[in-house]
Amino acid sequence: MKYEAVIGLEIHVQIKTASKMFTAAPVGFGEEPNTLTDPVVLALPGVLPVMNKKAIDQIIKSGLLLGCDIAPVCKWDRKNYFYPDNPKNYQISQYDRPICVGGKVEIEMPGPSRNVMGDHHFVELTRIHLEEDVGKLNHFDNDSLVDYNRAGTPLMEIVTEPVMHSPEEAFAFLTALKQAMIYAGISDCDMEKGQLRCDANISIRPAGETKLGVKVELKNLNSITGVRNGIEFEINRQIRAVEKGESLVQETRRWNAEQGITTPMRSKEMAHDYRYFPDPDLMPVEVDEDWKARLRAELPELPFEKQRRYFEQFDLPYTLTSVLVPDRKLSAYFEEAVAAHPDKPQAVANWIANDLLRELSTAGRSITDSPIAPSQIAGLVKLVDGGTISNNIAKEVFIHMFQTGKDPEVIVEEKGLKQSTDTGELETWADEAIANNPASVEAWLGGKETAVNFLKGQVMKASKGKANPQIVDKILKEKLGALR
Amino acid sequence: MKHSIDIDYVANLARIALTDEEKETFSRQLDDVLGYIEKLNEVDVSGIEPTAHAFPVKNVWRDDVAGEAFPVETALANAPAKRQNMIVVPKVVE
Amino acid sequence: MSKPIYYQTAAELADQLSAGELTSEELVRAVIDRTKKVEPQVQAFLSFDEEDALAQARASDARRKEGKALGPLDGIPVGIKDVLAVTGQPLTCASRMLEKFVSPYDATCIQKLKQAGAVLWGRLNMDEFAMGSSTENSAFQQTGNPWDTDRIPGGSSGGSAACVAAGEAIVSLGSDTGGSIRQPAALCGVVGLKPSYGLVSRYGLVAFASSLDQIGPFARGVEDAALLLQGIAGHDPRDSTSYKTEIPDYRAALKEKKGPWKLGIPKEYFGEGLDPEVEKAVRGAIEFYRKSGCEIVEVSLPHTQYAVAVYYIIATAEASSNLARYDGVRYTRRSDKAADAIDLYFQTRAEGFGQEVKRRIILGTYVLSSGYYDAYYLRAQKVRTLIRDDFMKAFEKVDALLTPTSPVPAFKKGERTADPLAMYLSDIFTISTNLAGLPGISIPCGFTGSGLPIGLQILGQPFAEADLLAIARHYEQAHDHHQQHPNLD
Repeated sequence: MKYEAVIGLEIHVQIKTASKMFTAAPVGFGEEPNTLTDPVVLALPGVLPVMNKKAIDQIIKSGLLLGCDIAPVCKWDRKNYFYPDNPKNYQISQYDRPICVGGKVEIEMPGPSRNVMGDHHFVELTRIHLEEDVGKLNHFDNDSLVDYNRAGTPLMEIVTEPVMHSPEEAFAFLTALKQAMIYAGISDCDMEKGQLRCDANISIRPAGETKLGVKVELKNLNSITGVRNGIEFEINRQIRAVEKGESLVQETRRWNAEQGITTPMRSKEMAHDYRYFPDPDLMPVEVDEDWKARLRAELPELPFEKQRRYFEQFDLPYTLTSVLVPDRKLSAYFEEAVAAHPDKPQAVANWIANDLLRELSTAGRSITDSPIAPSQIAGLVKLVDGGTISNNIAKEVFIHMFQTGKDPEVIVEEKGLKQSTDTGELETWADEAIANNPASVEAWLGGKETAVNFLKGQVMKASKGKANPQIVDKILKEKLGALR
Repeated sequence: MKHSIDIDYVANLARIALTDEEKETFSRQLDDVLGYIEKLNEVDVSGIEPTAHAFPVKNVWRDDVAGEAFPVETALANAPAKRQNMIVVPKVVE
Repeated sequence: MSKPIYYQTAAELADQLSAGELTSEELVRAVIDRTKKVEPQVQAFLSFDEEDALAQARASDARRKEGKALGPLDGIPVGIKDVLAVTGQPLTCASRMLEKFVSPYDATCIQKLKQAGAVLWGRLNMDEFAMGSSTENSAFQQTGNPWDTDRIPGGSSGGSAACVAAGEAIVSLGSDTGGSIRQPAALCGVVGLKPSYGLVSRYGLVAFASSLDQIGPFARGVEDAALLLQGIAGHDPRDSTSYKTEIPDYRAALKEKKGPWKLGIPKEYFGEGLDPEVEKAVRGAIEFYRKSGCEIVEVSLPHTQYAVAVYYIIATAEASSNLARYDGVRYTRRSDKAADAIDLYFQTRAEGFGQEVKRRIILGTYVLSSGYYDAYYLRAQKVRTLIRDDFMKAFEKVDALLTPTSPVPAFKKGERTADPLAMYLSDIFTISTNLAGLPGISIPCGFTGSGLPIGLQILGQPFAEADLLAIARHYEQAHDHHQQHPNLD
């Protein structure tokens, strides 16, 4: 029998803020244990939470970006469960009135090859709500150690509808979501740092069946490949089990990346009666149209929208857009360069996507501290365009630009790299080339058009590369034509 | 309304180990209290908004400005067991 | 014969301090001596730190000498209920759970008192985690009512009331979730004020029921209550439920507001279960107001009969969650019997909490558990709306309400511990106020035949503490109940 997998994702994204969700203690990663706490983070007797305005701004922005309805009023609830990483033994979260409802994320499925765009479609969201992160447990042989540094970090939970059907689709969703979040400055989404975490609800059903099968919640998908591999393993495990005639149980399983398997979890046992109730320490949030409009004005163009614009406005090929678009700073760099020289967007894109990124990566630098300014890239393209330098010389000029940060015009001037257009000199070299290479002349006269290239090479060589190839071509052809 | 507490279930949720005697006493006393509370069923609450706060206001927040963190010694001063600047708990099995 | 220092009021002492007739050190020494003398009988304090108090007093004297005195509370010893966080001081909530806990931070009201120069004095006994009406639920000791130490001082702020009545502090702070300031004030014959919800920041008050808790003053006179309230009231950005409202000069209001007032008598507060001697004294007080020109009207608060039920759902639900943090991981106490991480919770909480706390956590957990939320918590919140609406309707007609504070005077220790429901019902007159968020004050209005104090409760409109204090002062000025002291010698 053929089976269809049904996948829904629950994604936790840490919102980038300076202070925690409900107190001023600083947020950070990789600090010494228990150095990012205060009375509220530690849940000392008597403390009270106060919400972080920026975190609320950022979740509303996320909602607007992903087409969610923003609830006019939302409230805070306590989710009660005991766990050593949960200092209050309740987590402040949103239960029945989340701030963002609905919404959808455009995703791109893998194309037939890397150079060809794949199909696009939308994955529907159920909701997005705001809560606080918990601390971290470090497990040892005989005990566990608790670090509360992470506790209280603003955390967004994004829940999708159960509408995905393959690990690739889940992967594509996560990639698109991540890009959107990074684009809007909401989170850096670094999975290594736990800024983005993913749980998956996975079930299978016979193809054609509309009812959902028994759901397994899969946790610990800690990397983007982990999401793909973990989901893939779990789907196959379920299919194998059913095929063997075993019945599946609703459970929580854990992806073990080292062994490449999923195993049942026993933690938080009996914890499914969370006794949600409105947190009496916090007041509701009311979002009016003005607030939404203010945030809407700050929204970036989504990556796929930008890609479509690059196709239309600049006629860029897919491969170039897929280099430039995912990085908002890189695409901003590109657009600044194009603005300085709007005639040749493709050439500009090529310089950035190939030469500049290669040099930056060798130098271990990012686009934001590139030694070459966007206007300088534009200047370089302009010099080639206007015939001042050849493409080959331009490569040389580019390396100097990268090393010195100087304008391309200055480098060309200083190094005397300007193309020679002195026809007197060129004519002398052309005459010499014709005189010294009778075989090539013979071939050209015999109808072999390409034979001129060897002669051209000789002239270029004589000019030390500075001759303008188009002019050399013209002179040679005139002189050869006269020999007919 | 049924008002007999499943004392084992509730004590488990509340994470309190009760003795048999406590279970017996609490069950009886809480049944009394729940019996008393039943008088709320007399009240017609249709169309009544719940009161969560006596004087509700909205949008009470702070700006995102990081403050001072506790020095780790202060953070752990009351911890019953610590090692490597972390709080020790019995091994948690996930 | 002049009153001993420890029985003078803060207002009187402030005058002597600023006149240079007294130093704070002398005052604090007098209070310490008095405490040491009567504490074996009263047992109001869980702990006190003489040296620390004297150091604060000397700092106050030094300030004053430099002409930098901070106001009327500068140098005045203020007793602190052991539920308010003071940096470097124990914060036990009278619970084994926090027996060795030392607070690393200050409550906002404590910060304010420090800025006002007050001498923070001792840690006062209470019902464990403020759950109770007799202070018998303290894990550590039984506080006696100074008027009859075989009797309870009321609760949960029993230590705060008893220490002021016994002259072991000039004024004190307590907290009130369902009557825990007003009821012990009444039973110990002192003034106790529960402010409007949101007037005083709860930051640093160990939570019992977050939507009901308020901090308030105990004093031996209305003026002192006004002074101490002035010191702690005001909006606090650390408490999202703290209310932004202008804080009047409460002491000045005592002189400015002279009535006559229109006062309501809620008929539901004078029914079955009200002790005849209490009723007589309260009716006498009402008569005083009538005779002094106030208009007295009977009003009805028809949902009063549901208040105790609503309270015990909301308060225990919130408490079950608020007290979840006491789990053996962070706060000193940890059971050594735990088999694993999960068992650590079960054993620590079994050992650390007393019976009443366990009982309320179980009830609160139950009413929030799956399938019961709508039937209990949500319904209780709706009836809470009706209770508040009753008051708001009454306040369209009257300025304030007069009621008994407690249906009975102080009862004997151990008399009611076996029947929790009967104990809960003793809060019947005070609970509605917390549900409606209103301010309430209890002032002495007489004694029983056997010499036990009786309290008159005055309930006011939201944030009308100035009026409430003025109405209370009006009675006090014409009576001397508040100047009677128990015989502890």
